Amino acid sequence: MSFATVTLDLLESFLQNGLVFILTLLGAIPLGLVITFGSMSKFKPLQYLVKTYVWIIRGTPLMLQLFVVMYVPGLVFDMPMQSRLTAVMIAFIINYSAYFSEIYRGGIESIPKGQYEAGQVLGMTKSQIFFKVVLFQVIKRIVPPMGNEIITLVKDTSLARVIAYAEIIKAAERYTAMGYIWPLFYTGVFFLVFVGALTLLFGWIERKLDYYKG
Amino acid sequence: MNPILEVKNIRKSFGNNEVLRGINFTLNQGDVLVIIGSSGSGKTTLLRCLNFLEEANEGTISVGGKVIYQAGGGKKMTDAEIRQNRLHFGLVFQSFNLFPQYNVLRNITLAPEMLELDKFKAEKGKKPSLADKKRITDEIEMHAKDLLTKVGLADKMDSYPFQLSGGQSQRVAIARALALAPDILCFDEPTSALDPELTGEVLKVIRELKNDNRTMIVVTHEMEFARGVADKVIYMADGVIEEQGTPEEVFGNPQSPKTRAFLSKSAIKG
Repeated sequence: MSFATVTLDLLESFLQNGLVFILTLLGAIPLGLVITFGSMSKFKPLQYLVKTYVWIIRGTPLMLQLFVVMYVPGLVFDMPMQSRLTAVMIAFIINYSAYFSEIYRGGIESIPKGQYEAGQVLGMTKSQIFFKVVLFQVIKRIVPPMGNEIITLVKDTSLARVIAYAEIIKAAERYTAMGYIWPLFYTGVFFLVFVGALTLLFGWIERKLDYYKG
Repeated sequence: MNPILEVKNIRKSFGNNEVLRGINFTLNQGDVLVIIGSSGSGKTTLLRCLNFLEEANEGTISVGGKVIYQAGGGKKMTDAEIRQNRLHFGLVFQSFNLFPQYNVLRNITLAPEMLELDKFKAEKGKKPSLADKKRITDEIEMHAKDLLTKVGLADKMDSYPFQLSGGQSQRVAIARALALAPDILCFDEPTSALDPELTGEVLKVIRELKNDNRTMIVVTHEMEFARGVADKVIYMADGVIEEQGTPEEVFGNPQSPKTRAFLSKSAIKG
């Protein structure tokens, strides 16, 4: 068993981690914004409902959520989950959108009231104030915590293994069963390289946004 | 001459705390009204009511003989009406509230540009073409540059707010408010957040605006400036107008004991 074969094999399964990563971001980034608006709603029942939801999602392990999404439909509703990828995506998007929503909320609430008022006295509409004045400032403020969360996501993709999704650590475990332990440790390199690239990317975004202060 | 601004019986409470307890005054075109009084007397709340940042519980506000705000007056104003009506007023904040992500010129042109483009759409019933857009933005930009020259900051138009001193920031904020050509320009303690050596440049701009015959309402703690620039002075205490008149009357010969006590304290401080 050559190093090159193992590398190619692991790389192929790491594409599954990449797929979970990308799809989670595509789903959770917008869904998180919807949840944010719910948790900041002036309509109290909605606000409490959304806050309870966020509490449950953030208060239980992602691993447990994967099990629930995978098995509860079959056990309770007699509608077994047809695809492991679907189960993984539902659990990851729900989980990460809850975290993203809290980051967004923190960002939006950190913008001084004076920015809204300045927009108001200048005759702007609510949406003009949000999109032309506030949004960009929020983005600048949430880039560091979002970077942190997104880096966590890279590593969390390996949790998909608990419902037998063919990601990289699951692939490496096949070698362990054959008596080779080193491919399992070798998977760390793939995560490190991916996270390294993301770190550079977020550093670049932060520098781009650093042309102004405040 | 009919007054440009007429404020009748404005009352405002926050919970059980009645901050404004029946405010009445008028202001003539081109006059400068200075409002003085200790912290918590309701000066800022009054300005905020005029600018629709707070909704008065009672009272009316008329500009140029037209009622633009009537508390509890049957139907609620729509957002669009509020936006339209508040443009009679401009407001310069104590803390500037410039938009940090835009440079000085963009801070000034942003709102007028959106207003003009919206107006174009409403009048012509179609989106402005690129040529129309360019004509509108060019015009607004030229006007903005004139205003920057007026406040002495033509060389700062490409700077960002964090690169400006407090006095420069406040002068940009004044230019930004002027860009919408309000009938009445309000200042909420415009120099309170500034180092003493920077207040002069802001007060100078306000004096120049007075020479242009601009109608202004200034809330300030700068008594000497108030006396020099005001055509009319209001002293507020505990949510009411304790005394009003010309600066000679209020500063030179105050009638109310409260006014006298306030002015003597201010004199010691200043």
